[in-house]
Amino acid sequence: MSEHRDVWVFSENKDLMLELLGKGSELANKLQTQLAAVLLGHEVGNQANELIAYGANKVYMVDHPSFKSLHADPYTSALTSLVNQHKPEILLIGSTRRGKELASRLATRLEIGCVSDCTELWIDEKGRLLMNRWVYGGNAVATETCSTKPQIATVPPRTFEKLERKDRKGEVVKVDVKVEEPRTEILERKEIEAAEVKLEEAKVIVACGRGIEKKEDVRIVEELAEALGGLVGYTRPLCEDRKWYTEWIGLSGHKVKPALYIACGISGVIQHIAGIRDSKIIVAINKDSEAPIFEIADYRIVGDIYEVVPALSAALKKLK
Amino acid sequence: MPRIFVCVKQALDVAELKIDSATRRPIIAGVPRKISDFDKNAIEEAVRLKEKIGGEVTTITVGLEEAKTTLREALAMGADKAYLISDPAFEDSDTLAVSYILAEAIKKLGEFDLIICGEASSDSFSAQVGPRLAERLGIPQVTYVRKVSLDGDNVVAERSLEDCYETVRAKTPVLLAVTGEINEPRIPSLMAIMKASKKEIVMWKVEDLGISKERVGKTGSAVQVTDVLAPKVERKKIEIKGETVGEIAESLVKALVKEGVVGG
Repeated sequence: MSEHRDVWVFSENKDLMLELLGKGSELANKLQTQLAAVLLGHEVGNQANELIAYGANKVYMVDHPSFKSLHADPYTSALTSLVNQHKPEILLIGSTRRGKELASRLATRLEIGCVSDCTELWIDEKGRLLMNRWVYGGNAVATETCSTKPQIATVPPRTFEKLERKDRKGEVVKVDVKVEEPRTEILERKEIEAAEVKLEEAKVIVACGRGIEKKEDVRIVEELAEALGGLVGYTRPLCEDRKWYTEWIGLSGHKVKPALYIACGISGVIQHIAGIRDSKIIVAINKDSEAPIFEIADYRIVGDIYEVVPALSAALKKLK
Repeated sequence: MPRIFVCVKQALDVAELKIDSATRRPIIAGVPRKISDFDKNAIEEAVRLKEKIGGEVTTITVGLEEAKTTLREALAMGADKAYLISDPAFEDSDTLAVSYILAEAIKKLGEFDLIICGEASSDSFSAQVGPRLAERLGIPQVTYVRKVSLDGDNVVAERSLEDCYETVRAKTPVLLAVTGEINEPRIPSLMAIMKASKKEIVMWKVEDLGISKERVGKTGSAVQVTDVLAPKVERKKIEIKGETVGEIAESLVKALVKEGVVGG
């Protein structure tokens, strides 16, 4: 028998931590073991009970002023000590941009493997953790296993469901571990204005890509979105190349699953498709009949978005 | 004068990947390889820093012998030196093993101020090798960098995170992983390409690094891939046609109402 036992979860993002507890409890039940959350923070004792209410049997809590802001060094050192002391079987880490660097550093300090951005996790008949993740720019899903312990998987936000909040019993273990000082210093933080409604939760999304020539022309797309009661989304080139916006839909950005996704002037590179694949109905409008977006569309219109999009808005108005 | 290392990967060109429709397995054989997208941004940023404050840019890759073309591209973009770490023993190395190989190569190359990588590779996109390498070398890292300046031993970098832009200061040596928004990589001139073709690419094998074969390739890796499958695509692919744009728009709206995704 391996000395490794429990299922652990950690994320600096509170919602994501609860989602990890949701999946973690399923894995722990299957392995007939305990589920523990790792809480690293400063004066965050009240959060421990919340983690128990969402399914943690145990909360390992380290209280240290270094955790007030998020640096890789103190987090890596604390998690390394905890893992070495208590030897979990599985460790799920929230795949935020901060979580990713932490998971990689931790896995290296422990000389073990780590699988990034898992979209599905399950236990096979041998008791191994199987992890699915997108590879080849969203062209395929790889199923991976890890021969070292703990088996570390990072999980993006909104991949798994939280458990229902309930009165549950659990134990809070306060731990004193060595915490390294950060070697980076945060000079400034500029909040990015978050959209009021999240793209991930939208029922209808009208998105535009390079087919839109000028930023002011995005208006036609906004009007269509408005007529449908939906949100507007953008592709990565509109954000990174043209710098019109900061948030895009795709493998490296928002992964969306609306009931209706309308792609206007989007060629459909595989990285974009990976972010919209779970949409119920996909409509593509593009003047290039060979555009790859048509391969994954339910309804295709080969035409000029500058004509088709306003015509759609008009047709919808007639409907009302 | 700063010494900057840039780690690059010759990745599969995922846009050229085909799927076997019977088995849903990707057909890897024959897929061309090219420099990973964000690695170009990494080279560009290193060359810009050199142009501004002087210094030397060295590119390093772990890969097949054909990865020389990727290094040639880096040299044409303005890198001064190139190292190809290649050995049959490296086949099937995961991020744990690749970061070990890179770390040993860098230790052999000696002192440095900055290591620059791309945020993730365009084929496997795990974003692990950068931070793993920093950990092995015992230096801090700043990931998702969209802006950077270097002044003496002070590095100031702006990171792009989910909810904020964070400006971070660290002392060299430090590893930076850059995003695609940091710069627009240059397209080298014909002259630069000619000059680069004459530069030497140094090849190192397992023996040159004095590393253990146990720690590379399959035996040195912790992650095993058990299967790779393309997702099922079940889309209707109905083309909406009509005499006029108005007619097309109306038929689409009708279809969407029928689907129940547009309120009637």
